[in-house]
Amino acid sequence: MGRFIIRRLFAMILVMFAVSVLTFLIFNVIPNGDPAARMAGKNSTPGQIAAIRRDWGFDDPLWKQYLNTMEKVFSGDLVSYANRENVVDRIKDGAPRTFVLAIGAAIIWFVAGVALGLFSAVKAGKASDRGVTVLALIGISMPVFWLGALMSYYLGYKLGLFPNGGYVPIAQGGFFEWIYHLILPWIALSILFIGVYSRVVRSSVLDTINDDYVRTARAKGLGEKRVLRHHVLRNSLIPVITLWGLDFGAVLGGGAILTETVFDIQGVGQYFQESISRLDVPPVLAITLFGAFFIVLFNAIVDIVYAALDPRIRLS
Amino acid sequence: MTNGKLLLDVEHLRVGFRTEDGLVQAVDDVSFQLRSGEVLAIVGESGSGKSVSALTLMGLTPRLNTTFEGTATLEGQDLLNATDDELRRLRGEKIAMIFQDPMTSLNPVQRIGGQIVEQIQAHRDMGSQEAYDLTVELLERVGIPRARERIRSYPHEFSGGMRQRVMIAMALSCDPSVLIADEPTTALDVTIQAQILAVMQELRERTDAGIVLVTHDLGVVADIADRILVMYAGRVVEQGTVDEIFYDPQHPYTWGLLGSIARVDRPRPDRLPSIPGLPPSLHNRPKGCHFRPRCRHEFGQCAEVPALEARDPAAPLHTDRCWLPLDEKRSKREIADGQIGLEAKGVIA
Repeated sequence: MGRFIIRRLFAMILVMFAVSVLTFLIFNVIPNGDPAARMAGKNSTPGQIAAIRRDWGFDDPLWKQYLNTMEKVFSGDLVSYANRENVVDRIKDGAPRTFVLAIGAAIIWFVAGVALGLFSAVKAGKASDRGVTVLALIGISMPVFWLGALMSYYLGYKLGLFPNGGYVPIAQGGFFEWIYHLILPWIALSILFIGVYSRVVRSSVLDTINDDYVRTARAKGLGEKRVLRHHVLRNSLIPVITLWGLDFGAVLGGGAILTETVFDIQGVGQYFQESISRLDVPPVLAITLFGAFFIVLFNAIVDIVYAALDPRIRLS
Repeated sequence: MTNGKLLLDVEHLRVGFRTEDGLVQAVDDVSFQLRSGEVLAIVGESGSGKSVSALTLMGLTPRLNTTFEGTATLEGQDLLNATDDELRRLRGEKIAMIFQDPMTSLNPVQRIGGQIVEQIQAHRDMGSQEAYDLTVELLERVGIPRARERIRSYPHEFSGGMRQRVMIAMALSCDPSVLIADEPTTALDVTIQAQILAVMQELRERTDAGIVLVTHDLGVVADIADRILVMYAGRVVEQGTVDEIFYDPQHPYTWGLLGSIARVDRPRPDRLPSIPGLPPSLHNRPKGCHFRPRCRHEFGQCAEVPALEARDPAAPLHTDRCWLPLDEKRSKREIADGQIGLEAKGVIA
């Protein structure tokens, strides 16, 4: 276990280094990438641009710019090129919103996906299975920006059942307002995942249900419920939990860009989207690192959980 | 035949599966009885219907698109028309099964102790501690050393032979009156096979249970069985005591099976004798005697299905499905195979 953690930590540093270098380089080669020109504004003289370039260190060799930026990421002094806000503070503000969105949605999609998948597998071939399959495919096919916009428009604006986007912290509006504003985003973010997970769970359960040890469990005279819970589900959820860990990590790291933007959550994902559209390198770099951290972290957690669920797997 | 209590009574059992290509009659008119303390071997090659027969008695054949005919009772209780819940209560309690492949028959993520305790508690009102103590006792009985520690092991920490011992212990956990062993040694290597057979042999001596041993290997059953049922393409082609089958086999298919046992007491032939041809597809079985296309002694009458009946008045319980007259059978089988296992008892293939 100790060796596993050290190895994973080392891998995490390596991945984050690679991700930061790549992100940094990409923004230096794309056209219209000169931050000095953009910071100076439309009616600027070449002299003003040169001055900004000098002041912000854009004249330095790339490796030096990279090191300076990375130093600021970790000291918390990183400043946006677009509006000179402190990037790390913005991420700190947005992170709780993103976490709340991700945790709620991940629970919803896991529970609903497993329940629907199991139902579908048990009823395999029957009309109810086909019905769930069709629903799952519809869910998978609906893009979040479209579904979110429709939900927000009809359920929020037209019918007034839900607030039209926005995020209200508990401290501000109380628990009820907080949940009330989160229901639509949670559902919008979950629907695609529910579709995918119900399909994965269905096929995994159908694989397991024909395994010899399930036949043994029946031959022992166990009730069908116990067979399903203890022998089928436990084994067929192992691959699903891997998938869930990785998806959850990605959403926690700001991956729910569309949902956050459509519902104006003001989380890390939405900040990411705004920064990309302004070609604002410092926040993009910082959020990419933030996301990579969660993805790598959850990869490691998934491996640990995997070993706990399946005794045949050893961490080494 | 022993005079124990009648446990299993199977009469004219037929099991068919409806498929896209029509009805597949996997089991076609199988009848036998099993009494307590008796070992009945069902022998035949793959697809002969022996495993389907065994699974049907457990109520484990899929119900969907399956047709059942005939009757099967366990201590008087109807097995074919029992409800799911009635069957569930019988399984593991009155009738238990050991499967072919011990490598995949245990749940890989559950400790072996728990897997046995689970069965005990499904049928007995027993506390965990008591159930665990019983499990340790069962595992010791089937020859697992340090059983009290090993109950905490996972299946992958056991070898194939050890896992099969666990399966046997599990099957025995509720003292079933009928034990079905479906090719319990097929997936194991030869030395382990002998060990598992020794466990089964001991079991047979110690319990009152009736045992149905399903196998494709006549060598396996020579020591352990009382009676043998030879199946071919879904039908019983010969039935008799071990002595009758080994010393006086009546059906050419049985001759072939006996001839293809690898013998250590005979000079080794260049190639093991085999029965020419392949067993028929169950979709398209030959009319009349199913063995006809592979039989060297086929003649006109074989186009009709021979009844399963006794041919020798001296052995009324030795039945077979072959039209050849008795004396012709006895002369032809010597010439035909030269290898007939008349002394094959005691040989493990």
